[in-house]
Parts: sequence; structure tokens; C-alpha cells
Amino acid sequence: MKRLVPFPLLALALFAMWILLTGFSPGHVLLGALVALIVSRTMLSLRPEPPRVRIGWAMVRLAGLVLADIVRSNMAVAKIILSNPPDRHAGFIELPTDLRSPYALAVLALIITATPGSLWVQHDANRHVILIHVLDLVDETEWVTQIRERYERLLMEIFE
Amino acid sequence: MMQAPDLPTWAAIIVGLLVLGGAALTLVGALGLIRLPGFYARVHATTLGATAGMAAILLGSMLCFSIIQTRPVVHEILIALFVTLTTPVTLILLARAAIYRDRSEKASRVSSDGGAEREE
Repeated sequence: MKRLVPFPLLALALFAMWILLTGFSPGHVLLGALVALIVSRTMLSLRPEPPRVRIGWAMVRLAGLVLADIVRSNMAVAKIILSNPPDRHAGFIELPTDLRSPYALAVLALIITATPGSLWVQHDANRHVILIHVLDLVDETEWVTQIRERYERLLMEIFE
Repeated sequence: MMQAPDLPTWAAIIVGLLVLGGAALTLVGALGLIRLPGFYARVHATTLGATAGMAAILLGSMLCFSIIQTRPVVHEILIALFVTLTTPVTLILLARAAIYRDRSEKASRVSSDGGAEREE
């Protein structure tokens, strides 16, 4: 089984994408399964480090948290832009992180950048420090503890 | 087959609000590109359209076509997924290019008070 489907999650995602794009019919289920099996095998030539993903409630909670935060920070950034003159105290923060898995770091980078108001700039893999630019920086330590408590803990649960 | 003008009133109102709201948020983001000073601050403005703006427009589209075709139309989720996955990659690349430029021009370290930020 492991030899036939080396990346089951990727194959499943490709299959779901095929069905969503073409509609549900027996022919497309067959074709989608075939595409998912063959295309997911091309990942073998990249030799990615096998991810250890624990599927569970932590994923759902993380998704909910990120959605709520994106909506909230959208409002906050819109307010900053529309206030006259744009009222902000932008700055960089350095976030020390315990995350080591490249997959967890990638997800954290997506979350931080997709949330308006914070931008992932750089990850120092030697010092394990992430440089983040924040649009409305009031308290640096508050940002650090917030990211660590809200996202990092859940990411640890999922990936490490 | 139903056309868009045949939408029931309640659905038309919700779809209209969602699409207009999403468009308004994207417009605010575009305004932010003009109003905010400096590269790093401007990057934050563009994410408005790429997150909540996009989500509201897609929700409107999903609702509209689900009602018109009287079946759930959900493949717009793929657009949301791919926009969410790809926009940050571009933004991070841009930010890294900007910080590289700042560091090589000023040869100063980035301080927490935004010392490396270029104000125009």
C-alpha cells in the first residue's frame, strides 16, 4: 500500500480537486483516482522529508482560530488605512520559536502572512528566530506571546 | 434554468451585500497601497483583498450559483485555497527582497523600532 500510494494525503487532495472541478460522475471518479495515483507519484522524485501529520481536533481548532483572526485583523487594518492620517506604529518583532518541522514553519508562515497586519519576513534557522513585520505594533511581547500561545502550541500538536 | 435576475429577493440581497462588501474591502486594500508609507506597511494593505475580500466575493458567488442551479456549487473553495496558499509565498519573497535591499544599502541591522523601514 505504501509503495502504491506513497503520499496518501496528496493523492486524496488531488482526487477531491478533480471531483470538485469536474462534477461527480462514475467516469470522473475513475479518471480522478487514476490522475491522483499517477500525479502524486511524481512527488517521489523530489524526495520530500515525510511529514508527520496528526489529523485531529487541533487542525479544526487552528482553522477556526485563523479564520476568526483574519476577519478581525481585516477590520483593524481597514480602520488604520481609512483613518486620517493613517495611524500606525509599524515595526519588526523577533519571535523565538520552538517549531523545527519545516512543514509546521511553512504553515506558520502562511498564517502570519495571510493575516493582514503581520508579515513573515525571515526565519533564522540557526537561532530559531522568526522576523515578523507588524503594522500596528503596540506591545512587542504581547505579539510574541499571542503567536506562541495561539498558533505555535496547536502547530506543535499537529506536526511534532 | 434560472438566471441571476430570477434570484429570490432574500438571496439577491445577501449575494449583493457579500459581493459589494468584498469589493469594498479590496478597494480599501488598494487605497492602503497609496496611503500607507513605506514598502513593509504597503504589503499589509494588499492582504485585505486577498483574504476577506476574496472570501466574501466567493461566498456570494457560491450562494448565487447554488440557488440558480438548485444544487450546492462549491468548487469556488479551490480558488480560496489556492489564493490563500500562493499569495503569502509571493509576499514573503517580496519582503525578503526588500529586507535584502535595506540591509545592503544601509548595512544596518533591523531594529525593533522599524529602523530599516524606508519612509517615502
